[in-house]
Amino acid sequence: MFLNMLREAWRAMAANKLRTFLTMLGLVIGVGAVVLMLAIGQGAQTLVKEAVATMGSNLFIVLSGGTTTGGARSGSGTAPTLTLQDARAIAELSPVAAVAPTHSGNAQVVYGGVNWRSQVIGVTPSYLEVREWRLVRGQPFTDTDMRAATRVALIGQTVARELFGDEDPVDKTVRIANSPYLVMGVLSPKGQSFDGRDQDDTVLVPLSTAQRKLYGSPFPDTVRFMMVKAVSESAMDRAEQAITQLLRERHRIQADAPNDFTVRNLSAVADVQAETTRVMSIMLGAVASISLVVGGIGIMNIMLVSVTERTREIGIRMAIGARQRDILWQFLLESVIVSVVGCLIGIALGVASAYLVSQTTGMMVVVTGTAILLAFAVASTVGVFFGFYPARKAAALKPIEALRYQ
Amino acid sequence: MSTGAHPLIRVEALHKQYETDAGPQPVLRGVDLDIYPGEFIAVMGASGSGKSTFMNILGCLDMPTSGRYTLDGNDISRLSRDELARLRNRFIGFVFQGFNLLPRATLLDNVALPMLYAARPAHERNARAQELLKRVGLERYGNYLPSRISGGQQQRVAIARALANRPELLLADEPTGNLDTITSHGIMELISTLNREEGTTVVLVTHENDIAHFARRMIRFVDGRVEEDRVMEVIGDA
Repeated sequence: MFLNMLREAWRAMAANKLRTFLTMLGLVIGVGAVVLMLAIGQGAQTLVKEAVATMGSNLFIVLSGGTTTGGARSGSGTAPTLTLQDARAIAELSPVAAVAPTHSGNAQVVYGGVNWRSQVIGVTPSYLEVREWRLVRGQPFTDTDMRAATRVALIGQTVARELFGDEDPVDKTVRIANSPYLVMGVLSPKGQSFDGRDQDDTVLVPLSTAQRKLYGSPFPDTVRFMMVKAVSESAMDRAEQAITQLLRERHRIQADAPNDFTVRNLSAVADVQAETTRVMSIMLGAVASISLVVGGIGIMNIMLVSVTERTREIGIRMAIGARQRDILWQFLLESVIVSVVGCLIGIALGVASAYLVSQTTGMMVVVTGTAILLAFAVASTVGVFFGFYPARKAAALKPIEALRYQ
Repeated sequence: MSTGAHPLIRVEALHKQYETDAGPQPVLRGVDLDIYPGEFIAVMGASGSGKSTFMNILGCLDMPTSGRYTLDGNDISRLSRDELARLRNRFIGFVFQGFNLLPRATLLDNVALPMLYAARPAHERNARAQELLKRVGLERYGNYLPSRISGGQQQRVAIARALANRPELLLADEPTGNLDTITSHGIMELISTLNREEGTTVVLVTHENDIAHFARRMIRFVDGRVEEDRVMEVIGDA
């Protein structure tokens, strides 16, 4: 019975191919748009999630205060108010897992005849723990390297690729700002940060080496920037208070005076960013869904025309014994088939255009099974919903009136 | 004429009027009639005499405004739409003036359609449809669409379709109205044979005397009433 109904529905649609195609088109575009938009939204979310994950979890950054020169205030991190002793003191706090003071800059890195400009960061050994960064080859440097300010380096994936190609960089010597550094290890890949920087385009050297030898800091014991990792997510608030209180005491700041440093919760920043992209992808999906509804109305429109056109056929069917539900199912089935086929084409179109978008713009797009299932479910529902009214109208026709219709 | 047997159809004080802009328009003004199983009746009358409306009511396609219509013991006014559909499907076969085949379905599918609505299994539908097409002489055209065969052939297919569920009652509304004389007689032979050999009760609307003469009882409508009801000389199979 059902097979026969399918066959009849197919015949009715095949009899008017152009119209069937146009009916489908609305839904095809709607589903395509939903799939594409969800893919773009999902891509952005994935990007942020990955960036947040590579940043390290439960992080604060602590910046030194700003300088005021002739009334013009510079931003945070310009005055040398934080010291390495501050960093060591913070590390002693119970809610703090690790502290990594850094000193960053850019320098030309040369190996043999190849050179590459990269970010070179002076870090303490704890940096790798704070950033949750591993080595894929070689060894990390140690406190001994810190104390002796040895010229050793860990290089990121991008640097390794640009300078060494397929060669193993470990135990090779590179020149950074014209001084030789021994490559001790290669960092694991991290990809983009959430502001879009390539985190693998990085060279890590001991902090002391960076300050005394590479960048020649005027205040070798101070730092402008440190990363602090709390022991857990629930310890974040306690850690922030403890750091603030400790630094105010250590810097002997009066009760009513402002801080000469800034503590920023990076995870919170990342959460906001994640939330923003989530909202964006929901909005994209919502806008695209409107076109699904428009497509559904298109189906209803055509089905109503089709019912009117086939009034006589409905009359004949009723005369030879079709019940109301037979007629209802016949028309409902047609709109469901149109929707489902339109939906499948739409999914193919959406996936193809998502691929095209990622190929041409380099944007990250992620087509998830959930998105496809969602589009499929919504489109089928739209077909049933908008097909039901015309089908009911057909079934409600009186046999004699339908049969007399010319 | 059958006596003693229960009538297949009993119509009592049947009225039908249509509401028009010019007020109610009476079409049937009190029709009383009994039809017994196995009869072959020709209904005649000028256009507007109410014969077609009468046929539509007999076929459960239309409802009387007042009066009672009893079909095989069922009071039609008490049946639901689904029960009426079931009656049309199992008990009644229709043949129309305009053939009314579904244009996009093959002849086989057209003939099988009433069996589809009766939820018969596919193999049975196919076998029966094939058998019926053979009976009307069109077994070789089963996969044709109706537009590829002549009007007379289409009407044969329509008769085959009407017979699909072995109805007790065959209603034919001007079945030869669109056909030439020779073809018409062929169709009438087919209908007569059915009536004679299977005892199918036939009610036929026509305004042609030569067609009416295939029947054995003639009823003439004038202005919504039965004006004449008589037994006829049988010449159809003479």
